[in-house]
Amino acid sequence: MMAPGRLSTFLRSGAIWAFIALELAFFSIAGQFLSASDTAFLTWDSLLLLLKQSAPLGIIAMGMTLVMVNGNIDLSVGAIFALAAVILLDSMTWPFMAAMGDWSLPLAWVFALLVGVALGAVNGFLVWKTGVDAFIVTLGAMLGFRGLVFMYNGEQPTSHLNWTLVDFAEAQFLGLHTATWFLLLVTVGMWWLMNRTVHGRNAYAIGDNREAAVNAGIRVGPHMMINFMIIGFLAALSAVVFYSETGSVNPNDGMLYELWIITAVVLGGTKLTGGSGSIVSTLGGVLAIQILRRGLNHIGADTSTVNLVIGLILIAVLFLDRQLNVKGKEALRI
Amino acid sequence: MTKPALRLENIVKTFPGVRALDGVSFEVLPGEVHALMGENGAGKSTLMKVLGGIHQPNEGRILVGEEPVVMTNPLEAKAKGIVFIHQELSLAEELTVAENIYLGELPRKSFGRVDWAKLHAQTNEILKKLKVGFDARTTVGSLSIANQQMVEIARALTVDAKAVIFDEPTASLTDAEKVVLFEVIEDLRNDGVGIIYISHRMEEIFKITDRISVLRDGQYRGTLVTAETTEDEVTQLMIGRSLDLSRNHEHAELGDVALEVRGLSCGDLYRDISFEIRRGEVVGFYGLVGAGRTEIAETLFGLRAPSAGQILLDGQEVHLHSPADAIERGISLVPEDRKGQGLVLGMNCRDNMTLPQVGDLTAGPFVSDGAEVAIFDQYRDKLDIRTPGWRQLVGNLSGGNQQKIVIGKWLSMHPTLLIVDEPTRGIDVGSKSEIHKLIRQLASQGYAVMVISSEMPEVLHVSDRIVAMYHGELIRTFTSDEVTEDSLIQAISGIRAEGGGKAA
Amino acid sequence: MSEAAQERPARGAGGLTGAKVGTFLAKQGILIAFILFMVGFTLANDRFLDPDNILGVIRSSAILGVMALGVTFVVISGNLDLSVGSLMSFSTIVVLDLHDTLGPALAIPAMFGLTLAIGAVIGFLVGYLRLNSLIVTLGMLSAIHGLTLTWSGGQNMDIADKEGTWFSVFGQGTALGIPVPILMFALLAAVLGIVLAKTPFGRKVYAVGGNGTAATFSGIRRARTVFTCYLISAFCVATAGLIQASRSMGSQNTVGQGMELEVLAAVILGGASLMGGSGTIFKTVIGVLILGFIQNGLLLIGLQFYVQFVVTWIIIILAVWLDIAAKRGRLLSPIA
Repeated sequence: MMAPGRLSTFLRSGAIWAFIALELAFFSIAGQFLSASDTAFLTWDSLLLLLKQSAPLGIIAMGMTLVMVNGNIDLSVGAIFALAAVILLDSMTWPFMAAMGDWSLPLAWVFALLVGVALGAVNGFLVWKTGVDAFIVTLGAMLGFRGLVFMYNGEQPTSHLNWTLVDFAEAQFLGLHTATWFLLLVTVGMWWLMNRTVHGRNAYAIGDNREAAVNAGIRVGPHMMINFMIIGFLAALSAVVFYSETGSVNPNDGMLYELWIITAVVLGGTKLTGGSGSIVSTLGGVLAIQILRRGLNHIGADTSTVNLVIGLILIAVLFLDRQLNVKGKEALRI
Repeated sequence: MTKPALRLENIVKTFPGVRALDGVSFEVLPGEVHALMGENGAGKSTLMKVLGGIHQPNEGRILVGEEPVVMTNPLEAKAKGIVFIHQELSLAEELTVAENIYLGELPRKSFGRVDWAKLHAQTNEILKKLKVGFDARTTVGSLSIANQQMVEIARALTVDAKAVIFDEPTASLTDAEKVVLFEVIEDLRNDGVGIIYISHRMEEIFKITDRISVLRDGQYRGTLVTAETTEDEVTQLMIGRSLDLSRNHEHAELGDVALEVRGLSCGDLYRDISFEIRRGEVVGFYGLVGAGRTEIAETLFGLRAPSAGQILLDGQEVHLHSPADAIERGISLVPEDRKGQGLVLGMNCRDNMTLPQVGDLTAGPFVSDGAEVAIFDQYRDKLDIRTPGWRQLVGNLSGGNQQKIVIGKWLSMHPTLLIVDEPTRGIDVGSKSEIHKLIRQLASQGYAVMVISSEMPEVLHVSDRIVAMYHGELIRTFTSDEVTEDSLIQAISGIRAEGGGKAA
Repeated sequence: MSEAAQERPARGAGGLTGAKVGTFLAKQGILIAFILFMVGFTLANDRFLDPDNILGVIRSSAILGVMALGVTFVVISGNLDLSVGSLMSFSTIVVLDLHDTLGPALAIPAMFGLTLAIGAVIGFLVGYLRLNSLIVTLGMLSAIHGLTLTWSGGQNMDIADKEGTWFSVFGQGTALGIPVPILMFALLAAVLGIVLAKTPFGRKVYAVGGNGTAATFSGIRRARTVFTCYLISAFCVATAGLIQASRSMGSQNTVGQGMELEVLAAVILGGASLMGGSGTIFKTVIGVLILGFIQNGLLLIGLQFYVQFVVTWIIIILAVWLDIAAKRGRLLSPIA
C-alpha cells in the first residue's frame, strides 16, 4: 500500500523531469511545423549551448535551494551578482594588480568571491541577530547592495576585457563549456553538502521543524548564516564565470534574477516553508525554464510568450501540488 | 532506601500576575513509574517546562541522583538524563527515522560528513529493542502517529536516561499500540529508569503506575501509593473542594426541538449519528480524543461537509456550507482551540466580541463605535469579564477571561443552538465553576446547548443528557438521572449495554 | 515562548526603562525617524523646506504611494503582492494604446476594467483557491509582463498628438494650485484610510490577517475578503498607471519594473507586518513620504540618487528590528 503523501512526493521529485521530456518532445515536433529556423531543436550543439546558458542562474539556484530548504529566502542575489562582477572587472585595473599580469586573474576571482561571501554574511548575521525575517532583510539588502553597485562606479558600466579570461571562459573541455563545468561542479558539491554532511542535514531539520531543531541543540543561527554565505559565494561565482567572458557589467545587471531563480527552485519542488527540496530537482527546474525559453524561441514565439508561459506554469504547478495534497471532501473548510 | 532518580524540592515559578507553581516537591525512584496528575491548568505543563530547561524556577532546586542541577535549555536537560516524550510530536517529518532520533548529534566523519553506517547501525539496534516494524531509513512523515511516537521514544533510549517523562502518550494510540507502549515502559522500568507518567486516564494510571502525585492550582497536593488508593481518592485530591462538580439534577423547562440530526456521517470521522437537542436542554458529548465529537460540531458549524445524513434546525432541513451560513441560521460554536480558532489575539476585546456581527453594527457605511461598546459593556457585565477596558488586547487576558470573550461573542448573536467544545480547557478552577454556572443559566434561558468535554465530572455536572461516543459511533445516550460513571466509561470504550439500544 | 519572552526584562535595551523606550519607539518610531530626517535635511539645505520642493517630492512619490495604498490592504490581510510593478506597466501601456484608438474617455475605463480583471484573477487564486500569494504573484509578475509585451508588440507606446488631448491632466495638471497626482493620492489615501479603519470590511481585513482561522470561525468569508483586497490593489495600480501614462504621455514596457519591491519597502517601513493583521494607511503614507524625502534630501545635499538605496536598506532593517525588539523585550534575537 502506498502511504499517504507518497504519490505527491514521487510527483514532486519526478515530475520536473517528465515535464522536461514533454517540453523536448513538444518543441521537437512543433519545431517541424512552426520553426523559425531550419535547424532541428535537439542538436548536440544547441544542447551544449543550453547548458551553458543555464549556468548563471543555475549556479545561484543551487544556493537558493539550500537557503529555502533552511526556511529562509534571499532576494538580494541579483545585487550580489552585480557587485561581485564590478569588483571582478574593476580589481584587474588596480595598479598593483595590473602589474601582476595574468597572475592577477585568480586574485581578482578571489576578491569577487570574497565580496559575495561577505555580503551573504551580512544578510545572515542580520537574520540571526536581529530576528528580522529573511524576506525583509534580503529585500532591504537587494536595494542596499544595488546602491553599493552604483556608488562604486556611478551609472557607468564597468568594463575590462582580459583575453586570457575570455579564452578560459569560452574553452570547452570534453565538449562542455567552462560555465557548464562550473554548474555541474556546483550541483555535485551542493548535493554532497545537503545530503552527506551534518551541516546539510541540520539545514533540512531547521527548515522542517525549527523548534525541534532548537530543542535538539542545533545552533540555528550559525547554520543560517553559513547558508547565506554560501549563496553569496555562489552568486559571486556565477558573476565571475559569466563576466569573465563578457568583460562588461552595467549597474543594473542581475535585476530580477532573484525572481527567475525562485521560480526555478519552486518548479523543482522546493517547499517555500522549508524542510523539503532537492538539488537535482532544482537543476531540473533551471533546465526546464531554459528549454522553455529556447524552445519558444525556436518555434518563433517572442519574449512575451516566454514570460507569459513561465508565469502560468508556475501557478499551475502550485495548483497541482495543492490538489495532490488535498485530504478529501470531508476535510475542514477553513 | 534507594536514592531517587529525580527529585524536585519546593519549586516555585511565577509569571507576571500568576503563581504557576507554588512550592512543588516530589521524587521519582529508579525503576518506578510515577504518575503526575492534575486538572488542566494545575501546573503540570509549567512543571514539565521547568524540568525540560525551558523555564527556570524562581525558587527551589532539582536534583538528578543527588546532584543539584541547573538547566537553561532542553539540551542540557537531556544531557543530565532527563528525557521527554512529548504529546505534540517534535519531529522533522521530511527526515528519516535515524536522523530524527539523532537530531542535533549525528555521528560525524571527516569533512563534516555524516557517518551513515554508524548512524543506521545504532538506530536499528534501538529500533530492535522497541520491536517496531520500520527501519532507520524510513521517512518519518510516512509513519503513523503511533510509530512517530515510537521514534520519540527511541530518542529517549539514545542517552543514559535517568528519568523519562511521558506526556499523555496514549492520546492518539490504538489499543494494540498501547500494549506495545506499556511493554516499552516496563522495559525502561526494569533498566532502573525513573518514569514520570502524565495522563488523565485513570485506568491506565492504575494499570501501570506505582505511585501518583497530584498537583492542584500550582500546588503539590500529595502522593498516593497506587496499590493502596482508589480513583475517588485521586479525584478528590485533584479537584479539591473548591469546585462543585456534583451531578446535575436541575432540569430547565424543555422547549421545542431546536436541533435534530439524522443519520449524519462524515467519511471515516463519524458514522450514522442521530440525536436531538431541545431548547432549554444541555446535551453533553463524552468520549476519548478522536471519538468524532469535535468533527460533529464542525459539521454543524458548516466547517465540514457531511457525506450523508440530515441536519434539521427548528424542524427545517438546512445545508451549511460555511460558518457564515451556520451563524446566519442561529448556530454558534465556542471552539476547542481558543487561541487558534476562537480569538484574534492581536485585536482588542471589543473587536473580538463583535466580530461576527460587525457587518450589522453600522451607522451608514461605518462601524458604529457606540453600538460596539454597548454590546461589549453589556456582556462584560453579564459574564463578569475582568479587563481594564475594551481596548485591551485579548492576548493579554487570562484564559478564563478569554473564554468569556468567546462566549460573549456568541451570546450577543442570540443563537438558537450554542455548541461549546471543551469549555474549560486551560482555565483556572474559579473561572471553571463560573462557566459551568453560565452553561446551566443559558439552558434555563431557553438556549439549546451542546457541550463537548473530555472531563467526566464536567459532563456530569452540566448535562441534562449525555451522549457517549466511541470511534466515530454514537454508543448510547444517557439521561443524567440514569447515568453512572461505570456505564459511561464502558460506553466510551465501545461496550454497548446489554439490551440498551441506541436511545435518541 | 511568549511566556518566556514576557518574564525577561529588556536586557538588551537596558532594563525596564529600555523596554518602555523600545515600546514607544516601536509605536511612534517611524514618525520620529521621519521628523529627524526632515530636521536634518532642513539644517543641511535651506531649499528642503521650500513649499515647491515639498510639493515636488510628494508629486513624484504619488505613483509609488498610490500603489502602496493597495498593497497595504493585501499585506494586512496576510498576503503579498509582487505583481503590482508588472501590472502597473500593463495599465500604462494599455491606456496609452487605447488613448489613440478609443479616445481618452473610453480608454480610461477600459484600462481600469482590464486591470481589475487581472486583479480578480490573482484574488481568485489566492483567496478562493488558497494558493501561496508569494508564488502566485511572482508567476503573475512574469505572466503580466508577457501580456504587456504582447499588447505592445515590444514597442514603446506613445500618444501621437500630445498637445491636443486633455489626458495630460492626471499627471501634469494642477487644481487649486496643487498638482493633480497629489490630489489623487490624497483623495485615495483618505478614502482607503477610512475604509480600512472605519468600515466592517476594514475590520474583516485585520481579522483575516491577524488570525484567518479564527476569522473563519467567526463567520467571516475569508476568501471574499482576500479577493476584495486584491481588487483594491488592482484599482490602485490602475490609478498609478493612469498618472504615470498621463505624466509621460508615452512609456516603455518596463516602466513599473522593480516597483513591487519598492512599494513593499514603503509598506514595511510604515510598520505593517508581513505576517498580517497590522498596519494602517496613515503609516504607509508616512513610509512612502520617508522614501521620497530621503531621496530628495540626499539629492539636495549633493549625493547621487542611488545613495538612497543604501539609506533605505538601513532604515528598513532598523525600523523592523526595533519593532520586533520592543515586542520581544530584548534587542537581540534569542536564536542560538
